[in-house]
Amino acid sequence: MTTHPSLTQIDRYAAGDPGLDEASVWAIEVHLEDCADCRARLAASTTADARSLIERVAMNLDHELAKSPAPAGRVRSWSVLRQRWLVGTLLPWLAMTVAVLACAVLLGELWVGRPSLVLLVAPLAPLPGVAVAWHRRIDPAWEVIAATPAAGLTTLLRRTAAVLAVVIPALVLAGARTGVSLALMLAPCLAFTAATLLLGTLIGVRRAAIGLITAWTLVVIAPSLTTARIPAVLAVESARIWALAAVVLTIAAFLRIDGFRRIAQHD
Amino acid sequence: MMRALSTAETAATIHPWAIHAEGLQVRAGRYLAVNGLDLTLNTGVHGLLGPNGAGKTTLIRALATVLTPAGGQLTLLGHSVGGRCDLRSVRRTLGYLPQHFGFYPRFTVREFVGYMAWLKEMPKTDIPAAVQRAIDRVGLTAKADARLKTLSGGMLRRAGIAQAIVNDPQLLLLDEPTVGLDPEQRLDFRELLRDLGTDSCVLVSTHLVEDVVAACTDVVVVNDGRLVWQGTPDVLTAQGAQGDAGDSPAERGYSALLRLHRAEAAR
Repeated sequence: MTTHPSLTQIDRYAAGDPGLDEASVWAIEVHLEDCADCRARLAASTTADARSLIERVAMNLDHELAKSPAPAGRVRSWSVLRQRWLVGTLLPWLAMTVAVLACAVLLGELWVGRPSLVLLVAPLAPLPGVAVAWHRRIDPAWEVIAATPAAGLTTLLRRTAAVLAVVIPALVLAGARTGVSLALMLAPCLAFTAATLLLGTLIGVRRAAIGLITAWTLVVIAPSLTTARIPAVLAVESARIWALAAVVLTIAAFLRIDGFRRIAQHD
Repeated sequence: MMRALSTAETAATIHPWAIHAEGLQVRAGRYLAVNGLDLTLNTGVHGLLGPNGAGKTTLIRALATVLTPAGGQLTLLGHSVGGRCDLRSVRRTLGYLPQHFGFYPRFTVREFVGYMAWLKEMPKTDIPAAVQRAIDRVGLTAKADARLKTLSGGMLRRAGIAQAIVNDPQLLLLDEPTVGLDPEQRLDFRELLRDLGTDSCVLVSTHLVEDVVAACTDVVVVNDGRLVWQGTPDVLTAQGAQGDAGDSPAERGYSALLRLHRAEAAR
């Protein structure tokens, strides 16, 4: 730290003495910024002129501050997180998914002896949300987002993650209520999500989701409802195969997924 | 407060043109809306004029990397834009206001501009200050915390301009930004355009010839997906004769150019 300026120097500085050369003024100012004691001494040596000037500045500043809008409050991190990851366009689709799962649980309790509906629809649960995650006609801000670096791949993956973050807890709850094996619900669900993304690189995510939902409904859900038996693909011993499929499909999807970085998407 | 400059911003430019199109073809649906357009633009404010259906919006969407060129060469800031290239580095320095500005109605202006800044991969610490600055520049300070659904048409347009300029883009594309602005706001907007054009390439599509003459350093006239004419506003004004349609010299110049082009095309 520099040596403190003498009281005479501070007096001359406060009075705006023209005899004080520029270099000394700078030295005093630099010192004043760091030294509270010298600032207190300066306050004692101010002249009436200086005090009235400071008062005028303070008054004008207060006036300006009163006119200007209030400073923005600190944004809560939860609301930022929610806005950025779970854009409002996804909410109706997620609400629908959760409602369908709740209905499946309810029907499962009413129809004892039938195959568990929750188990049958669990693989399809994230697909409606994934299908609308990055779609021209469903996202109102699609056009502006399409010109940002987050267009395509990044937004699709972020929103898919958001969909899974909602759907998986819902599935866990539904599974706990109906007593279906958790692995048998989650592994097919993840495998179908990865398959949608993988197929989406070829024909577009929405078409891929619609195709998979239709195929699963026709091939698995409808026959098992008519025969009232759990299909072989969802038997307890197939959980390991589903888990393997989920891993393989996820890896394949990540290898192919650069396709979403291209401009024109099939959607 | 001074903004810290990144290395990307201080790097010497090695590309001769901000926008360089050669024989550019872009489809709007099945129709080739831009057909063999040659265009070179550099720093400054460029006004894009042309009759309805001339391909202005399609051209701007292709320049914003929303549409893939169907043919020809397009180079933005030294990066070639095609079907298979990674566009993230270009998109980080891009600002785009579409003709139909879609938004999330429940977001406030600050939230939406902040969301776009986040999607444009700005450093997290810079976002709040950049958002405030963008909102101040378009004159929406008093409405910064109002929800987008409560804003009038002109205010929405200005919110759209704010999200486009939040990342200090090197390439700014504005599709009809003055729609819905009152005369006073249009004057402010021209001031903002001149300011933006000092160090970035700004392309403004509009139907208002006066706006172009007042705020642009350069005029680009397109018709039927081709470049008709490119030059300064003064030269455009000089093209018009007393007999041409229009209320101001610049409008007469514009209609004279179009008449000449149509006569040539008919031959």
